Amino acid sequence: MLIRHAADLSENDVTDQGLYRRRREFMTGAIAMGSAGVLGLPELARAAPLTTVKSAYTVDETLTPKDAVSGYNNFYEFGTDKDEPAKNAGSLKPRPWTVVVDGLCAKPQRFDIDALIKRFPIEERIYRHRCVEAWSMVIPWNGFPLAALLNAVQPTAKAKFVSFTTLLDPKQMPGQNENYVPWPYREGLRLDEAMNPLTLLAVGLYGETLPNQNGAPIRLVVPWKYGFKGAKSIVKISLVENQPQTSWNMINAREYGFYSNVNPAVDHPRWSQASERRIGDFFRHKTLPFNGYADQVVKLYTGMDLKRFY
Amino acid sequence: MNKRLIYIAVWLALLAPLPAVIVFGVTAFNPIEYIERNLGLWGLRFLIIGLVITPMARIFRRPTLIRYRRTVGLFAFTYVLLHWLSYIVLDLYFDWPVILKDIYKRPFITIGMAAFVALIPLAVTSTDALRRRLGPVIWERLHQLIYLIVPAGLVHYWLMVKADHRSQLAYGSIIIALLAWRITDKAQAAARRRARAAEKAARTAA
Ligand code: HEM
Repeated sequence: MLIRHAADLSENDVTDQGLYRRRREFMTGAIAMGSAGVLGLPELARAAPLTTVKSAYTVDETLTPKDAVSGYNNFYEFGTDKDEPAKNAGSLKPRPWTVVVDGLCAKPQRFDIDALIKRFPIEERIYRHRCVEAWSMVIPWNGFPLAALLNAVQPTAKAKFVSFTTLLDPKQMPGQNENYVPWPYREGLRLDEAMNPLTLLAVGLYGETLPNQNGAPIRLVVPWKYGFKGAKSIVKISLVENQPQTSWNMINAREYGFYSNVNPAVDHPRWSQASERRIGDFFRHKTLPFNGYADQVVKLYTGMDLKRFY
Repeated sequence: MNKRLIYIAVWLALLAPLPAVIVFGVTAFNPIEYIERNLGLWGLRFLIIGLVITPMARIFRRPTLIRYRRTVGLFAFTYVLLHWLSYIVLDLYFDWPVILKDIYKRPFITIGMAAFVALIPLAVTSTDALRRRLGPVIWERLHQLIYLIVPAGLVHYWLMVKADHRSQLAYGSIIIALLAWRITDKAQAAARRRARAAEKAARTAA
């Protein structure tokens, strides 16, 4: 069984979190004392605790430690090496922040990030995270279903897809001074994928607001797809009629399809997707179809040739 | 300066990346990836340094530098060998079906493998005894394989990234500059030979 109730969580699963939080508090405290005064860092750039509710969405696997979750990242806006986002993302200002939700909907709106966090209950959801590069993590996200936000703006019958746009600001995101990605970063989902209860807008992890390098202040998490589908630092969500352009597909369409569902049977042209390296483990794990979420999502793709629509 | 001391210094410099890769590797979030990649990177760097030695010796008129070329080359081979082993053991843990599929199906692995296999005879024939047995002509011919191996290593490196080829471009420019130097050097040597031959012919005719 892949999904189980939070009540089944053993003590072991949660000790890590407490430990990491304490360490984090110590570190943020030290950083605040050391740099906020001297360098005048904006107060709100620091991780703040979130009030969260448990949810039924969890997996029976060891959590990836927080320092790995926010120390080993692909976030090309801050550099292409895995340790660069953690080093360089300090220039991102996640407050104040507005998310525009527009397009084919009855009530297009601009949402302030803090108002969004107050408006929807913030759930803790422990999801597997599978990168297209064949590594994986288990991450306790904090967020709310994308469907809740989309319902608030009331998509019209014409809306078939949802597009997501990351902030474009080379001053805050120095990687955007290089043109290895056609900026801004763009992602997209079919509307039914976007409305699936698994699809999450995360505003935090490990019970605190998102570290900048994880896509502060709000990012998409689609656990049955490869990680790059999860657009970070989102400024705009649009309801559209046609399949939107997505960044990695624009860079290399043969390697990165629009769907990019986790699929051990469809290899990346340069490596096998049959197995993955779970960060922290020596032996590879078998990769599961739809990253282990087939029960919840396979119905979205009935009749589709997943080798063609990769 | 003492020749022995220089040798020891060269050895230490060539050896130093190995413990560094291991120490940084075990503390990295993804140790296997870190170790595998950095061994490959040091392999490539030392292959390039091997190519730098001859032009340096010529430009700075220090023929004795050539002495260190073999040591550098053997270290380059060692790092590539460890890189290959890290792929077989750490990355795929002897999963031979996957390894074999990778080698024939994925161009970046195919090219890396070809470069590695081509390095083996160069490493094997580096002993004085074998070098003498082969004689200078065959030995030189064989070791010219390096002009294919190094670009192949670069192509392998190029093909493995998703985007952002800046470091590949940097390594690539160095490699191209080194190959260009050799081509012009060969051309000049040939021109000198022709000039000498012509001079000689003129003299005998006179
Ligand atoms: C002359 C031979 C070779 C050279 C110079 C070389 C060099 C490199 C370099 C520079 C990288 C990238 C490092 C980085 O990203 O920082 C790399 C990656 C890689 N090489 Fe090689 N390599 C060679 C042979 C091989 C062979 C024989 C194999 C396996 C059969 C191999 C497998 C790999 C793999 C799998 C990666 C990617 C690792 C990852 O994505 O984590 N290489 N190599």
